[in-house]
Amino acid sequence: MSKDSTKKIMLNGIWYDNPVFRQVIGICSSLAVTNLMLNSLIMGLSLIFTTAFSELTVSIIRKFTPKHIRMIVQVLIISIYVIIVDIFLKAYYPEMSKALGPYVGLIITNCILMGRCEGFAQNNPPVKAFIDGIASGLGYTMILLMVSFIRELFGFGTLFGVKVLGSWWTNWTIMVMPPSAFFILGTIVWWGRSKTEKSEKEVKEVKEVKEGRKALS
Amino acid sequence: MMDINPTTIFLAAIFTNNMIFSYFLGMCSFISVSNEIPTSLGLGQAVTFVTTATAIINYIIYKYVLLPLHLEYLRFVVFIITIAAFVQLIEMVVERYFPSLYYSLGIFLPLITVNCIVFAVSLFMVIRNYTFLQSVAYAAGSGLGWTLAIVAMAGAKQRIKNNKLPKGLEGPGITLIITGLMALAFVGFSGIVQIQ
Repeated sequence: MSKDSTKKIMLNGIWYDNPVFRQVIGICSSLAVTNLMLNSLIMGLSLIFTTAFSELTVSIIRKFTPKHIRMIVQVLIISIYVIIVDIFLKAYYPEMSKALGPYVGLIITNCILMGRCEGFAQNNPPVKAFIDGIASGLGYTMILLMVSFIRELFGFGTLFGVKVLGSWWTNWTIMVMPPSAFFILGTIVWWGRSKTEKSEKEVKEVKEVKEGRKALS
Repeated sequence: MMDINPTTIFLAAIFTNNMIFSYFLGMCSFISVSNEIPTSLGLGQAVTFVTTATAIINYIIYKYVLLPLHLEYLRFVVFIITIAAFVQLIEMVVERYFPSLYYSLGIFLPLITVNCIVFAVSLFMVIRNYTFLQSVAYAAGSGLGWTLAIVAMAGAKQRIKNNKLPKGLEGPGITLIITGLMALAFVGFSGIVQIQ
């Protein structure tokens, strides 16, 4: 596998094909943990771990899995990794495990996992699938951190629990409440889509020009 | 947790602790399927049914199989298998015996396995130590609350269908903003009943 394609997969996962604002999947669990940046970071890391390893596993056994039961096999693989994450958090970060509550378990039903396993890992070699898992996870974590940055900064005046805004700052209660997450994510989706749409158009134009040249020559 | 009336839990699950507006669950299909009111209503009914039925099955399995054997950590796998198997089974039964129902609801059934709220209800039920009746009330309430949300969203989307929007905001963007406004409205319910 060339370096070029690794870079392409990474870029696709993080930007051009970002799970949250391009494919609009995985939003379920992405908002509930965004009130504090630390929660979002842990959630993001757990998701990167689960996506990468379940894609790797799905890809390794893809040739031996019968087609009609592949969904249930994928779900099983995903839930095994989620259980590992859950037990790990319980053992080493009990407070974090409590704060995230059921949302760690809900990673199983996060559509990013099923989507990438079904759409990518099923037809690609293990190394590529692993990289794709990391990239999709990173794209998702990026959005989580953006939302939680705004929510924590305005809602509590802190970042990662450290006070950044002085005592003059009045906390915006709305930022702690659920509706703000929808507004912020909506705005990020808007921003992300208008940016990527443009770059997609440029790519298309370049392609057209190239094809045109080919046709001429 | 033991002393809360199931009716309170039922109402709270619909209004104050709505799955979408306060827990952000079930968003994927909420965003992509909420284009027409009849479709949304059909999906809502299917989700409510599956959520309640799987909550009952999962409750029994958890209480009488996993707890006595000290296998609580396996609940993720067991719950998700129950849900997937149940949905598959229902799909086959409905297709075989109720063809007309299959044509109206059948297409939604595969979508439900990956709907977060079905799984979430089973998890919340275990974490909060609900009794059997409380679990059933909670599951039915969550399903109905979700139906309410998706039908309301479909109505709002039909209204703005012909409006001009900025390019990037079309589709999911505007859906999220509308959801935010609805969530603000639902904040008004908080304080009537409250469950943790």
